[in-house]
Amino acid sequence: MDTQEKIRSQVTSNPVVLYMKGSPKFPQCGFSGLAIQILQACGVKDLVAIDVLADPAIRDGIKVYANWPTIPQLYINGEFIGGSDIMRSMYEQGELQKLIETAN
Amino acid sequence: MQLTEEITIKLQTLKPTRLEIQDDSALHAGHKGNGGGGHFTLTIKSQAFDGLSQVSRHRHIYELLAEYIPSKIHALSIHAIASDE
Repeated sequence: MDTQEKIRSQVTSNPVVLYMKGSPKFPQCGFSGLAIQILQACGVKDLVAIDVLADPAIRDGIKVYANWPTIPQLYINGEFIGGSDIMRSMYEQGELQKLIETAN
Repeated sequence: MQLTEEITIKLQTLKPTRLEIQDDSALHAGHKGNGGGGHFTLTIKSQAFDGLSQVSRHRHIYELLAEYIPSKIHALSIHAIASDE
């Protein structure tokens, strides 16, 4: 399976997927850490967190997949939602909580 | 020329009515995965964002700054505001 297919499979077979640097317990970047905190505040249950630092092909491939040059990247039900700035503004407006609820 | 000036010039195509670029690089010097590029916070207000989703607004900005990401710009926090917001 090539990287783009692998990513497509990851985001479509899991309700909530976050591509991040490091792990939820040990994020290696402030933006990834913020993304995790927001998801936890939304009461996320089935979060799949993928550490891009562990896989260079995914790290490059995810930027192509979403046409988005930065990490973290959040996907809900296969749809690209945004990075940490968008997650924060959606959370502040109560939109992200609703999306997570439908995915839980 | 300072990188913040270069960024300012690149973003003029959006005809911003408000443009602030804050250089946060000193806060992040040498952290893991950072190849030396800067960290910036960008606040930009433009009519070009009217009716666009946040994802589309960010993509617009990323496209204009593509040559700097990720070498010169390691991280970019974006507040993109439409003219009627």
